[in-house]
Amino acid sequence: MKIFFPLLGFIVSFTLFSQGELTGNIESTFQYLNEDTLIGASQPAQKGLINTYMNVFYTQGKFKAGMRLESYLPRIQGYPNRFDGTGLGMRYIGYSDEFVDVTLGSFYEQFGSGLSFRAYEDRALGYDNLMDGVRLIVRPKKGIALRGVYGYQRLSFQQGKIIHGAGIVRGVDGEVNLNECFSKLENFPLSTVVGASFVSKYQADNDADLILPENVGAYGGRMKLRYKNFNFDAEYIQKEQDPSNDNGKIYNFGHAAVFNLGYNQKGLGILLSGKSVDNMSFRSDRTKDLQDVFINFLPALNKTHTYNLVATLYPYVTQPLGEVAYQAEVLYTFKKGTFLGGKYGTSLNANFSTTYQPKQFLDNINLLDSSRVVYESKPFVMSDSLYWRDINVNLTKKINKKLSLIFSYFNININNDVAKISNDASGIIRAHVGVIEGSYKINKKHAIRTELQGLIVEPKNGQSNDKGDWATILVEYTVSPHWSFGFMDQYNYGNPREELRVHYPIVTFGYVKDATRFMIYYGRQRAGLFCVGGVCRFVPASNGLTLSFTQSF
Amino acid sequence: MKTIHLSFLLIFLASNANAQKVASVKLKDLEGKTYNTAELGFDGPVVISFWATWCSPCKKELNTIHDLYEDWQSETGVKLVAVSIDDEKTKNQVPTYVNGKAWDYLVLLDPNGDFKRAMGVNYVPHTFLLDKDGNVVYTHNNYAPGDEEKLYLEIKKLSGK
Repeated sequence: MKIFFPLLGFIVSFTLFSQGELTGNIESTFQYLNEDTLIGASQPAQKGLINTYMNVFYTQGKFKAGMRLESYLPRIQGYPNRFDGTGLGMRYIGYSDEFVDVTLGSFYEQFGSGLSFRAYEDRALGYDNLMDGVRLIVRPKKGIALRGVYGYQRLSFQQGKIIHGAGIVRGVDGEVNLNECFSKLENFPLSTVVGASFVSKYQADNDADLILPENVGAYGGRMKLRYKNFNFDAEYIQKEQDPSNDNGKIYNFGHAAVFNLGYNQKGLGILLSGKSVDNMSFRSDRTKDLQDVFINFLPALNKTHTYNLVATLYPYVTQPLGEVAYQAEVLYTFKKGTFLGGKYGTSLNANFSTTYQPKQFLDNINLLDSSRVVYESKPFVMSDSLYWRDINVNLTKKINKKLSLIFSYFNININNDVAKISNDASGIIRAHVGVIEGSYKINKKHAIRTELQGLIVEPKNGQSNDKGDWATILVEYTVSPHWSFGFMDQYNYGNPREELRVHYPIVTFGYVKDATRFMIYYGRQRAGLFCVGGVCRFVPASNGLTLSFTQSF
Repeated sequence: MKTIHLSFLLIFLASNANAQKVASVKLKDLEGKTYNTAELGFDGPVVISFWATWCSPCKKELNTIHDLYEDWQSETGVKLVAVSIDDEKTKNQVPTYVNGKAWDYLVLLDPNGDFKRAMGVNYVPHTFLLDKDGNVVYTHNNYAPGDEEKLYLEIKKLSGK
């Protein structure tokens, strides 16, 4: 019943101010699952599962309001198992003009690069750590933005209601674009943006043995520079003592630092990035784990891959307890009409990323004292323990008006003892992946696209590490602008156990009309980590039918 | 009960469906300059295309239009704004990709999905065509080769050519 009043409020306000703008979207996913013991897929007791969401946003001049209704009857596979019921998962009202922007209710926000604070939603992952409370943004002068946030985070959604995390979160952030702010600098060749943030959480101390800090702060600064073809940005955040389940209740300070240096000209992009993280798990409830109530955002420093064998078998997720990472990326497009460029141009992309455990210094540490400071660390000082390495290249070549080809190679090393990805592997998994993708445009509307992928895992001590070798074939036929048909088969042909050399075929059908989309999937889905951006969730194996419907308005 | 309220709301929405206007969100370009998405200040048709560096069909769409863009612009005066929804993990690869592919679009960054949410985008690629007053006159979700021709037909209709 609680749902009724906000809805009534909305309808009344719509009627009163029917001059306003309405936008929103709907998404619904239904699954009917079969049992398939060979791949470990089970059939839920209800057989059918369905998730549905609808967002409605309303603006009328300077007034704004919005809400999301969500429904899990019950939730689809792989979603957090405590999500259930139908109800309001997000709602807010607010006012905004050029000077102030105030929101009461639910909101999403990010300070700087998110190292200190990020409230966001990723529906594909079932991830939503929105803030419920109040946010104020003030823009006193062009180029200056000041933000304040205060609230509880969304932890869960049970019986149709938002469940909040235990601790309250509050923060302030300020950012100045010097070139926009000072008219003298408007045409200055060096553009500069500086910012600083402070975020704090409060959670009562219920510990029987230790005196836990109830208020924990994290603070730091950032800058972004651009000069001609070069750009540089960096942020450093320090976190106060924050004993938690994640870090074994130690009293160390934590830090996170990132920098990016880029060089760009038409046809060439180069990027070098570095990241250092130590003891930086920052949650509004110190007892939580997995992806629950994170206040900050610590994405892994590597490329987000799209081919399925590369993206879903061995993805890497940041270790918030500590890591040092580097990445380099180059993209070059050979000019049309040159030898390598050919008639239509050729692009070459190379990417390298690596992550190590930080070095922990123990010289000044007395583990027997009562400080519970168990090591010292220095930003960007790393040990020789490898967590992750990815070397990949790809070449995109348009052969003629109809045919284009992409050749890719990936060399991935992932430390399964640290970034656990499989129960069937130990130590470092070394994988080589090759992909050939071809697109052929048959005529104005019809096109066909294929992918051939192969993955080889290096044996360890003469034994197969993890599930051995895989191959994937994908064929997709599209008729613009409405229809698509696809078939994909993943084949674990190199599994060391012969009975598990299984095919995972899946057929897809899609119909799109403007902003409406229907999709049908039928087949086997392999168990694995499903990742979006830097965050992953485990999706169990399944066999069955999935229907999805999306609509924007 | 709930279903009844919901259906009221849906009926209400349907009865009130006038032209969607582009939402007003403050986004930054690759140089850190702030833009209000409702005041892009263009005098002809505007295409807003949501994309990400990890989205293959998005890149295919924008690379295809890149090859046609000069002709499109000289014939209709259309401008394309490519809104990247890359978050902090991949946001820094956006200028690398945009320059490496020599795109001429205005590229805006939406790292926390504020504009994406406000425009009701479920998945990328998602393309909106706006008239010069910011009214949405055509939208398309997904990309299949050939979709750019349908988009161009709509652009031509809008520019009266």
